[in-house]
Amino acid sequence: MSWKIWSLKKSPWVFHVNTGACNNCDIEIVNLLTPKFDVERFGIKLVGSPRHADALLVTGVVTRQAAPRLQEVYRQTSKPCVVFAIGACACDKGIFHNGYHVVGPVDKIIKEIDPNAIIAYVPGCPPKPEAMISGVVKALSTL
Amino acid sequence: MTEVLQNLFWILIFPGFLFTACFGLIACWIVRKVSALVQWRVGPPFYQPFVDVIKLMGKEILVPQQAQRTVFLTAPLVGLAGLLLLSTMLWRITIEPTVPFVGDVIVAIYLMALPSLALILGSSASASPHAAVGTSREMKLVMSYELPLVMAFIVVIIKSGGQLSLATLAQQTPALSISGMLAFLVSLLCIQAKLGFVPFDIAEAETELGSGVLMEYSGALLAVWKLIQAMMLVAMPLFLVIMFLGGFGTSGMSLVWGICKYVLILVLMILIKNTNPRVRIDQAMKFFWIYCGIVLAVAILLATIGDCYGINWL
Ligand code: SF4
Repeated sequence: MSWKIWSLKKSPWVFHVNTGACNNCDIEIVNLLTPKFDVERFGIKLVGSPRHADALLVTGVVTRQAAPRLQEVYRQTSKPCVVFAIGACACDKGIFHNGYHVVGPVDKIIKEIDPNAIIAYVPGCPPKPEAMISGVVKALSTL
Repeated sequence: MTEVLQNLFWILIFPGFLFTACFGLIACWIVRKVSALVQWRVGPPFYQPFVDVIKLMGKEILVPQQAQRTVFLTAPLVGLAGLLLLSTMLWRITIEPTVPFVGDVIVAIYLMALPSLALILGSSASASPHAAVGTSREMKLVMSYELPLVMAFIVVIIKSGGQLSLATLAQQTPALSISGMLAFLVSLLCIQAKLGFVPFDIAEAETELGSGVLMEYSGALLAVWKLIQAMMLVAMPLFLVIMFLGGFGTSGMSLVWGICKYVLILVLMILIKNTNPRVRIDQAMKFFWIYCGIVLAVAILLATIGDCYGINWL
C-alpha cells in the first residue's frame, strides 16, 4: 500500500454538499461530529472548501438547479477523492422519484463528467450515523 | 565549508525546520486533543497532524484559472522562510546565549509579521471572492494587533533599561511586575489573533467564508500552510516565554521549567479558544486599539515610573 493511500485512509477530510436534501440527512451528518460518535477519533474532519476535501458527502436528489453546481464542486475537489451518496434520495432518488425538478441520482451526474469516479452508497432515510461510519470504512478499504 | 554545513544543519534540522515542525505538529495535536476533551469528546490520536500533512503532500495541486500564478505559488514558501528564520533565531538564542546581535528583537518582530503578510498576498492572488473577504479581514486584523503587540514589547524593553537583545531580555522576568503582567496578558491575546484562533479566527471563519484566506489552496501548498500554522504554535509562545517569563533553560531543572512555561501559555490559549465565540472584525479592532491600547498606555507609564525610581514591582 503506497503512502498516499495509507495517509488518505488515516485522515479523510470531508466536504458536505446538499443537492436538494430535505435537511434530515444533513442533521444526521452533523451528528457524526458530536461527542457520541466523534469521528475526529479516526481523523475525519469537516472542512469548509472542496479544495481541502478528500471525500464529498452528497445528500439529496440532484435537482435541475443543483446538478451543474455538483459537477463544478466535483471538478474543484483535488483528486484522489471519493464521493459518498448519503441517503435514499442521493442513492436512487428516494421519495422524490418522479418529481418534475429531479434530474437524477448522484452517481449519474458525477459519472457524466468523470466515468471513473469512486462512488459509495449509504442508503437509509435518513441513514443512521453508524451506517455512515460503516460506509466510510467500507469505501476506504476498497481503495 | 564546515561553517556553511553547520549553519545549514541549524536551519534545516536541529533547532530549525525539522525540529520545530515536529514540535509544532505535536503542539497542534495538543490543541485538538484538549479542545476535544473540553467538548467531552475523545479527540484524534497523537500522529493525526503528521498524517494530515503527509496526506496533503500526496494530493493534487489546483490553481484557479484567474489566479496570479507566481504569487499564489510562492506566497506559502515566503511565509515558511520567514518563520524558519524566526524559529531558528529563537532556539539558537535559547541554546547558546552568546551568539545574538544587538537589535535582534526588532528583527524578530519583523519576521513575526512575515507569515501573515504572505497569507494576505497568497489569498489575494487566488482571485476568489471568499478569499478576498478573508484577505480584507486578515489585513484589518494584522493592523489591529500589531500595534498593541509592539507596545507590549516596549514595556519589556523599558523595564530592562533599554536592552534590545533577546538574550539579555531572556534573563529577566517582567511578568512578575504589574506593568509586565498587563503587557503579558495583552500580548497573549495578540498571539491568539496572530495564530488565527477563536475568538479572532475572523479571517478563516469556516461557517461564513468556507476557509476564507486558505480557501483556494490545495495539496502540497495547503500542507505548507498547515506546517506554518504548526510552527507558529511553537515560535510565538516561545517568543513570549523569552520576552516575559525569563526564557527557556537548556539543562536539568531549567529545561523542565521552560517547558512548563511553554505549556502554560499553550493551555491558556486553548482555554481562551474554547470558551469564546468568534467576534466581528469591528469588535476586534475596537478591542485591540481602544481597550488594549489603554491598558498598555497605563503599563508603559507604570514601567517608566518604575524604571526612573527603581521600583521593580511596578
Ligand atoms: S434520504 Fe430521506 S432524509 Fe435524506 S434527504 Fe432524502 S428524504 Fe430526506
